[in-house]
Amino acid sequence: MDLAFTKEEQAFREEVRQFFRDNVPPDTRRKMVEGRHLSKDEMVTWWRILNKKGWGVSHWPTQYGGTGWTSVQHYIFNEELQSYPAPQPLAFGVSMVGPVIYTFGNEEQKKKYLPRIANVDDWWCQGFSEPGSGSDLASLKTKAERKGDKWIINGQKTWTTLAQHADMIFCLCRTDNNAKKQMGISFIVFSMKSKGVTVRPIQTIDGGAEVNEVFFDDVEVPYENLIGEENKGWDYAKFLLGNERTGIARVGVSKERLRRIKDLASKVESAGKPMIQDAAFREKLAACEIELKALELTQLRVVADEGKHGKGKPNPASSVLKIKGSEIQQTTTELLMEVIGPFAAPFDVHGDDGSNEAMDWTAQIAPSYFNNRKVSIYGGSNEIQRNIIAKAVLGL
Amino acid sequence: MDFDLNEEQRLLKESIDGLLTDSYDFEQRKKYMKEKGGWSKTVWLKLAEQGLLGLPFSEADGGFGGGGVETMIVMEALGKALVLEPYLATVVIGGGFLRHAGTDAQKAAHVPGIIDGSKTLAFAQLEKNSRYDLFDVSTTAKKKGDGWVIDGEKFVVLNGENADTLVVTARTKGDRRDKTGIGVFLVPANAKGVAKKSYPTQDGLHAADITFTGVEIGPDAVLGNPEDSLVLIERVVDEARIALCAEAVGLMDESLKTTVEYIKTRKQFGVAIGSFQSLQHRASDMFVAAEQARSMSMFATMAGDFENAQERTNAIAAAKVQIGKSLKFVGQQAIQLHGGIGMTMEAKIGHYFKRLTMIENSFGDTDYHQRRVADAGGLI
Repeated sequence: MDLAFTKEEQAFREEVRQFFRDNVPPDTRRKMVEGRHLSKDEMVTWWRILNKKGWGVSHWPTQYGGTGWTSVQHYIFNEELQSYPAPQPLAFGVSMVGPVIYTFGNEEQKKKYLPRIANVDDWWCQGFSEPGSGSDLASLKTKAERKGDKWIINGQKTWTTLAQHADMIFCLCRTDNNAKKQMGISFIVFSMKSKGVTVRPIQTIDGGAEVNEVFFDDVEVPYENLIGEENKGWDYAKFLLGNERTGIARVGVSKERLRRIKDLASKVESAGKPMIQDAAFREKLAACEIELKALELTQLRVVADEGKHGKGKPNPASSVLKIKGSEIQQTTTELLMEVIGPFAAPFDVHGDDGSNEAMDWTAQIAPSYFNNRKVSIYGGSNEIQRNIIAKAVLGL
Repeated sequence: MDFDLNEEQRLLKESIDGLLTDSYDFEQRKKYMKEKGGWSKTVWLKLAEQGLLGLPFSEADGGFGGGGVETMIVMEALGKALVLEPYLATVVIGGGFLRHAGTDAQKAAHVPGIIDGSKTLAFAQLEKNSRYDLFDVSTTAKKKGDGWVIDGEKFVVLNGENADTLVVTARTKGDRRDKTGIGVFLVPANAKGVAKKSYPTQDGLHAADITFTGVEIGPDAVLGNPEDSLVLIERVVDEARIALCAEAVGLMDESLKTTVEYIKTRKQFGVAIGSFQSLQHRASDMFVAAEQARSMSMFATMAGDFENAQERTNAIAAAKVQIGKSLKFVGQQAIQLHGGIGMTMEAKIGHYFKRLTMIENSFGDTDYHQRRVADAGGLI
């Protein structure tokens, strides 16, 4: 047992950190710190910088542009990226559809899509959830019917994150109505510019509109856009959801936010002295830091295990990551709310354009608190995670 | 970055798990409780035979030179089997003082007896009003000739009833809450002026309240600097906290396992109650709490070797907080999921709950350590 990182790993951390210092556009970083939304351009610009460096799709196999890093290196990269902070690579392309394509797609599909995913030439979105299919995803109804060399797609997806920016969608569609619900689903990709695709934004409680409803009305898609085998889509979806186990804890994100809390709490006054001197507040902060340390260690256990024994059999501790990671992220946004107190209330009518400098330090804190309620809902709600632990780990 | 045990450590784990599987089931434990002093001399000698009592001592002192990980392995196993024998008091704490501050003569006088199982120790530290502050010491040690005279009262001294030697904290200088002027003394339990009132503790162990009245000891009884040993005390108590974290992890593992087995077999409404989602989620939360505790127990174990004392203490305090929160949740929910049977002395789960609960209040509870972490400016 040994906690220490090797010399090489420490040097790697320094290299990564220096690269971020030199290359993340300062305005992008500022907006991240303040919890603001970034424009499409700002995100794509950064991801292309990352891709040019060769780090855009770091965890992919090397023949498709991956780095061949060890699991510890991936961990360090993610932690530094999250805590700098800089935007993480677009998950829908890099972590979700990319691995499905290079694992189950044919050669032509790999050649066609993978380089464009890596460079974000296409912005991808995820067509999984439907109005009637949330946690019970396999009950989805969006239908793809084969007509000659085409699919005809009809139905509706929802909670489609950043679909307003998207060029491409990977979509779970029902292709066999008679089979058991998991067995009649196919994984089909197509252009969001296709005729019959309508995107309608959903206003969320944080005041933003990062999620959308997406409607398909007789959308024609070439048959060859099917990934893998017909009616095997559920397997690919499970593969995709199980693929990203360790990033999900977002330890770096919470670390960065705790640093911001401390920074603000040393400036904001409460009872005539800096809030950081308030014993009750400080203890709450310490409680959160301790939970985060425990989570970081749990994550390192999983990372070290994967590095040594491969990803084949997941370490049972990995199921802790989503639950605790989301709870801690939410606690950090609660603490931020507590720090700014009554200044949480003003609504920033200027939005994210940065034109209201006076409000910059508080403007996004309440929205960020509201927005972070999502983290225990998406990616398999925390209740679903508990079902998984009960079944897969405890055998109940 | 490595969380696996090495080959030797794996063998150690197998060996102690094997020993306890053979000689420490719940029924056997009940018999040991009834033996003189409340634990089994036979089991203690078996631990000695396997070298476990000599584990942390250097080879030069007749031990095996084990480190923090080795102690963690043993404590986890002792927790899992709910062991009564005084490993913490004798090997971890008593042995810790000797390892860190004993002179060659002191080690020669005490360590062989610990290793062969013939002698046990106890740590007389807690006072009526000291609570968790290690520097809050009213018991006095006054110089007399070459030696010292000890006067004062110590409470809830684990293994105080049986110990051959008491490790006593006493003030040689200054006022009750001064951080200097504290010494550590080795006092023979049968010395004149030592009076013990013994009793069982809530978790089935045995402790004693001990009064020292004009107890005279020689110059060879001082461990370290008699006027400035707080750093030594903190170091050894930190090691005790690390050990308690590991013991709690073993206790939580067994509590969760026992509870999951129970809800798989207990039937109500015609089905196993473990098929109900509300109970499944509770059990899942217990698993999460136990894993977070395991992570912090490992962290504390490795932090035991940190060179920076502030970082070390802070990490161990943080671990004690996590363990305290986890053990309370796991312990309470284990009883809840067992239902009425969990309230009985007949079921083993209640005994695990009681030991877990006492660990929270040993050497600083959750609030105490959380405040320490907060005062130190946190961990990030």
